[in-house]
Amino acid sequence: MTDWQWLLIDVLQALAAGLLVGGTYGLMCVGLGIIFGVMRVVNFAHGDFMMLGMYVAYYLVTGFGVLVFLGPYVGPVVGAVLAGPVVYVIGWLLHKYLISHVTGARVISAEAEGHYAQIILTLGIALVLANGGLILFGSTPLSVQTPLSRESWEIGLIFFNQARAVGFVMAVICAIGLYLFLMRTNLGKALRAAADNPIAAAYVGIDVDRSHRIAFGLGVGITAIAGGLFAMSQSFQPYIGFDFVIVMYAGVVLGGMGSILGAFWGGLTIGLVQQMSTLALPYQLQNTAIFVVFLIIIFFRPQGMFGRVWERT
Amino acid sequence: MGSKQRAFMTQYALIALFAVIYLAIGFVVQNSYYQLMMTLVLIWATMGLGWNVLSGYSGMISFGHAAFFGLGAYTVTIAFVKFGVTPWLGIPLGILVGVIAGVLIGIPTFRLRGHYFALSMLAYPLAMLYVFEWLGYQEVSLPMKRENPVTYMQFSDQRIYMLISMIVMVACMIMSLHVERSRFGRSLLAIKQNQPAAEAAGINAARWKMLAMMLSAGIAAAAGGLYAIILLVVTPQTVFGALVSAQALIVALFGGVGIFWGPVIGSAILIPLAETLHAELGNILPGIQGVVYGLAIIVIILVAPEGIYWKVRDRVMARRATPVRVGAQPRLATIAADSVPRPAFGQPILQLDDVSRSFGGLKAVDGVTLSVPEGVIYGVIGPNGAGKTTLFNVLNGFLAADSGSMRFADAEIGGLKPHEVCARGVGRTFQVVRSFPRMTVLENVVIGAFVGSKTDDEAERLAYEALQRVGLADGQSHALAGGLTTKQLRLMELARALAPRPKLLLLDETLAGLGHDELEDILPIIQQLNREGVTIVIIEHTMHAMVKLADHFSVLDHGRVIASGTPADVVRNPAVIEAYLGKKWMDYRAKDQVA
Repeated sequence: MTDWQWLLIDVLQALAAGLLVGGTYGLMCVGLGIIFGVMRVVNFAHGDFMMLGMYVAYYLVTGFGVLVFLGPYVGPVVGAVLAGPVVYVIGWLLHKYLISHVTGARVISAEAEGHYAQIILTLGIALVLANGGLILFGSTPLSVQTPLSRESWEIGLIFFNQARAVGFVMAVICAIGLYLFLMRTNLGKALRAAADNPIAAAYVGIDVDRSHRIAFGLGVGITAIAGGLFAMSQSFQPYIGFDFVIVMYAGVVLGGMGSILGAFWGGLTIGLVQQMSTLALPYQLQNTAIFVVFLIIIFFRPQGMFGRVWERT
Repeated sequence: MGSKQRAFMTQYALIALFAVIYLAIGFVVQNSYYQLMMTLVLIWATMGLGWNVLSGYSGMISFGHAAFFGLGAYTVTIAFVKFGVTPWLGIPLGILVGVIAGVLIGIPTFRLRGHYFALSMLAYPLAMLYVFEWLGYQEVSLPMKRENPVTYMQFSDQRIYMLISMIVMVACMIMSLHVERSRFGRSLLAIKQNQPAAEAAGINAARWKMLAMMLSAGIAAAAGGLYAIILLVVTPQTVFGALVSAQALIVALFGGVGIFWGPVIGSAILIPLAETLHAELGNILPGIQGVVYGLAIIVIILVAPEGIYWKVRDRVMARRATPVRVGAQPRLATIAADSVPRPAFGQPILQLDDVSRSFGGLKAVDGVTLSVPEGVIYGVIGPNGAGKTTLFNVLNGFLAADSGSMRFADAEIGGLKPHEVCARGVGRTFQVVRSFPRMTVLENVVIGAFVGSKTDDEAERLAYEALQRVGLADGQSHALAGGLTTKQLRLMELARALAPRPKLLLLDETLAGLGHDELEDILPIIQQLNREGVTIVIIEHTMHAMVKLADHFSVLDHGRVIASGTPADVVRNPAVIEAYLGKKWMDYRAKDQVA
């Protein structure tokens, strides 16, 4: 084969890897999209909720082995999905006792809609979760054991890592499920209304505080599922959240504020960018490439590719 | 010695006292571990001071000060290891690198507001972290120089490092003190509280923010350089990591934001707490420091969002508080109308030619041509949504005109920035009063006076003069703007616009929302200002007050001037009546008259 053909294969391989990773990123971004894009709450701890999801999946599947009876293939996937409800509860509690003090209708009239307090408070939560994670889980990098991560499907000359492919499919299913829930069910509509305009929602009889708690729990839960899926093919330690918080914000901003589907496409794009960057950049600079893309996005297109202009100047 | 100098001297004395006591304790303590901790307290206080200069004063929260800290640390280290440069030169070099990085980061990032600014600041140090790892600087240690330790800033006595760190920190405290008490800090504070108002009052926001960034980055780099020398090992995680940025923010926020004592207090409490816990429990609870910092800011943001310093100060002030002086009504200028003959109107001072501005398909200002003679009170009226405020925003530089020319005092002002328009002599007020709520009335007006004065004392004099002109000089001048009534706010805003002695005032619905009596108070003030030679353009949508006040009317509807002339003519103009009351009403009246 000629050099050009090899290059083409490299590009296609990077595209395939980007697509598979991007699907999981997309689901992470959907979770943040609910909280940041729709509720306009700046959640710095979002990456750490993803980290929690990874550890929940790890302990269910490998650590305590509760799900061993499901076998090495189904177990990890079920573990990832179960991370959702667990982190949902954590998010729900944190929102009820801490975050609700700086969000919602009571701060909407405050300076910059209370973003200042949200940034600081969620930074504090992020520090406690990341370092608490260090205490509880230790600093050794872990991953969820599954034979899938060592096997690939081969289509043509392109390899599709099985763990990532399964993660991708599950991510798409979860994203579609969430989308249908938010768009079609009454609870979903109420959540969107309360998130979008708490005052108006309160006037039409929606329990805004409750809706915000549920929406926040849902947002971190979805991201935790993505984390659990990602953990099948990626090793992690308690500090992983800080890197991913940038990845997720990049995706949400790229996809456009307030757009759930946009957030998914945004995350997918970030995954593609990350993997494509390996063609030109050394492996260690993958994340630097994402940060640069993030900066470019918010400088030139803060309203995103799929979103509406929402920030009035 | 003026009260200002005395205030400075008091602060100097307090800083000196603090430094002497701290060093005395440090020199008595024998344990080198405690000495190291006491040195680290000073370094993190310095870092917090750096963060405070940008984020505390201007309100732009930075999550990325690790970028400057890390660059400072690595500059010192690499200069030493690769080129044998002594840290005595390495630290100033690091500061220079930090300042340059501050400028390079500031230029693009200042375009962003609020959380977008915070997020992108987080990205810089993390990006650098990976770059330094990739470059192979995973762990660089400073070699020991046995033969000539002093030349290479290597001391066996830990206390000398403490002394050096103290000197650096005190220098930063004094710099911060002077920033706080000068127009630099005042301007940053005004930008924090209301940036558009600050710009309209003549504050060059971009310049002050950039200066703050440079100073802030330089201080952070100095802290980083000291850190490298004291710990002797530099890794990307320990100097560029997210925890470094967080620590800068946390010590400042915990101790008190926007005040130079804040980071010092925060550092003195949190660093020993976290370090001690780490030393005692670090092997069983490895992340305990981070947990302490995290809990510290969670608690502080819920209990005392501005930090300990302010909480304590508010407590003390509340105990000391004397009953608020009531009844100190503004001494209103009581001028009988027409007691002084008005000067004749002069040449046009403001000339608009075919000025347009649209938003998408909406022509908010559509080919407006008008000419305002010097000395006139010129009313711009029109129904809601006619484009009056947009016209003002175009005039004072908030919005760029799409086309047309605007000449003020024989010079083109189209394309100027708001603070430049203000500096030319155009003051403005806002439809919804834009005050700096956490400043006193006098401080609010001083912000406006900066543009017309060389020194800060002169600014204060101008501010007093302006307050006198609107009748707010006594009693209220030291009240917080946040607690004023609508009328007082309007007068304060008027004084702020007046302070640099403008030739032209743009008043945006100054009379809106006022009761009849209040109207009677304010109208004579405006008339008096006009008699003193200030040309006034005033927007209103209610006509009755304007008929008394204005010499000339231009009526705006859907962005176009539909009528212009003396008040008496304009109110009879059918086009104007139609714009206000609708075509139906006109038809109805026409029929009525026929019948």
